Amino acid sequence: MKIGPHYDVVIIGAGMSGLAAGIRLAHFGRRVALFERHNAPGGLNGFYSIGGRKYDVGLHAVTNFVPPGVKGTPLGKLLRQLRIDREELGLCPQTGSRIAFGPRGETSLRFTNDFAVLEAGVADRFPREIDGFRRLAAFVRTQDAVSFDAPVGSARELVREHVRDSLLEEMIFCPLFYYGSSRERDMDVGQFKIMFRALFLEGLARPFEGVRQVIRVLTEKYREAGGERHMRCGVARIAARDGRAAALVLDDGTETTADHVLSSIGSAETLALCDPSLPAATPVPTVAPSKRLSFVEAIRVLSAQPAALGLGTETIIFFNDSDQFSYARPDAQVDLRSGVICLPNNFQFGERQLPEGLLRVTALADHGRWAGLPGERYQVDKRRWFEELTAVACRFLPAADPAALQAATVATDMFTPCTVERFTGHLEGAVYGAPLKNPTGRTHLANLYLCGTDQGLLGIVGSMLSGISMANLHILEPAARGRTLA
Amino acid sequence: MTKDECKQLVIEIIADIAPDEDLSNLKPDVRLRDQLQLDSMDFLDIVMELRKRHGIEVPESDYMKLASLDSCAEYLTPKFEAIAGKK
Repeated sequence: MKIGPHYDVVIIGAGMSGLAAGIRLAHFGRRVALFERHNAPGGLNGFYSIGGRKYDVGLHAVTNFVPPGVKGTPLGKLLRQLRIDREELGLCPQTGSRIAFGPRGETSLRFTNDFAVLEAGVADRFPREIDGFRRLAAFVRTQDAVSFDAPVGSARELVREHVRDSLLEEMIFCPLFYYGSSRERDMDVGQFKIMFRALFLEGLARPFEGVRQVIRVLTEKYREAGGERHMRCGVARIAARDGRAAALVLDDGTETTADHVLSSIGSAETLALCDPSLPAATPVPTVAPSKRLSFVEAIRVLSAQPAALGLGTETIIFFNDSDQFSYARPDAQVDLRSGVICLPNNFQFGERQLPEGLLRVTALADHGRWAGLPGERYQVDKRRWFEELTAVACRFLPAADPAALQAATVATDMFTPCTVERFTGHLEGAVYGAPLKNPTGRTHLANLYLCGTDQGLLGIVGSMLSGISMANLHILEPAARGRTLA
Repeated sequence: MTKDECKQLVIEIIADIAPDEDLSNLKPDVRLRDQLQLDSMDFLDIVMELRKRHGIEVPESDYMKLASLDSCAEYLTPKFEAIAGKK
């Protein structure tokens, strides 16, 4: 067996949280190595190339967007702690988004990066609820924007203390679930506060080049700070001894060691790397409050801008075809009743515009009904659902002309829960990780910690803050206190 | 090194850590925490930058001595001079 070097910290997974943790640690002079099994960084917020085009996966928009000068926000904390200049991310704000309920979105609430727009919509459509809605927003505002040890509890119960109309309740939850709930039908109170702030009180933006721009900034910062990054080389096994991660066996057979190990690949996924024959493992809760959730996404590349094809000028449309909203793993390959339409051209890019039009339609999907399909059947099903997803999207884009859309389509792609699982390693393609979160990131091994989806901060800013928080909490702060065990 | 020069070096570090803050009117005798949005992690970053840029070690028991610009200058100026003397 080849023996690799000893590191202060090994990070498993080069997604947003792993890269952010790596930058933080390398800044503080730690010898850090990142191991990533895939050939590209980004993880659940990555990108891929097909036919000379690059496609973003995951990221529709950067949430938590605030303009320069707004203080005490998650984005500000992130930029500070990673020494990123706002300009480097080049965030362009959304034009405006909509929550559309009913067969053709008859009940709609618009929201922009100005909370007053949503407030006015609620006041107009739900006049008896506006006071409660304002109280709810005021409550979220008083909460620490960057705390990560959020209490677990039902966000439904919290919202119902302020909002009585179940339609409004579902409309509030719809975007928050889609952009950051790993749980079916409900979310933890802490996660609710993070997402309500991220989407409604703050807002949406996008770098012109999409997620690649974020990943490029992160990988460059990491390299400049002296971090090592090994691609196409995952961690195959964590050897535990005396309650500690004693050694890491890499995919290429090399054995390496580290004082601390930070894993971003998920809780169950990390435990699976630990040698199960050793007695160190304490029982892990096996009863999850819900099934793991995953999505399909249909992507159309268009020869014209979306507005020219009747798709409108809005950025994101969260749709649901009735008053009843079910955010749960569907009893079908895809649940067409609700989803998210994203028009990446419709951000305020200023003078510039993306060269091609893009239409992305995302909906809940059942991993079990996609996994194990014979190759040909899988392809046939993908094509069928692709067309269905576009047809549904057109119902919520009043001026869309399906025939014109078809004629303008120059390329298509689609990902399923199997695609997500294959490229990210997250079990069942769970885009927001396991339903049960672990806010402290502690595991059964003293020097092994989680960051990323299963630690619990979600959204693109949340994922980076997760890496930062865990690096601070477990490695940098104890060292500063002079009582690190390493 | 004068105390004013020392303060300037501290301000330069804060400017890099907190580029979104206006540092033009910092009062030297008021706690930095009361004038700027700095949390305990930000102070850890200041300590880290002092070590990286200037080779100055600040043990955790002395963190409170970095509370204001005046106290920073009081505490750090001799350290800067000790390091300059070694060179």
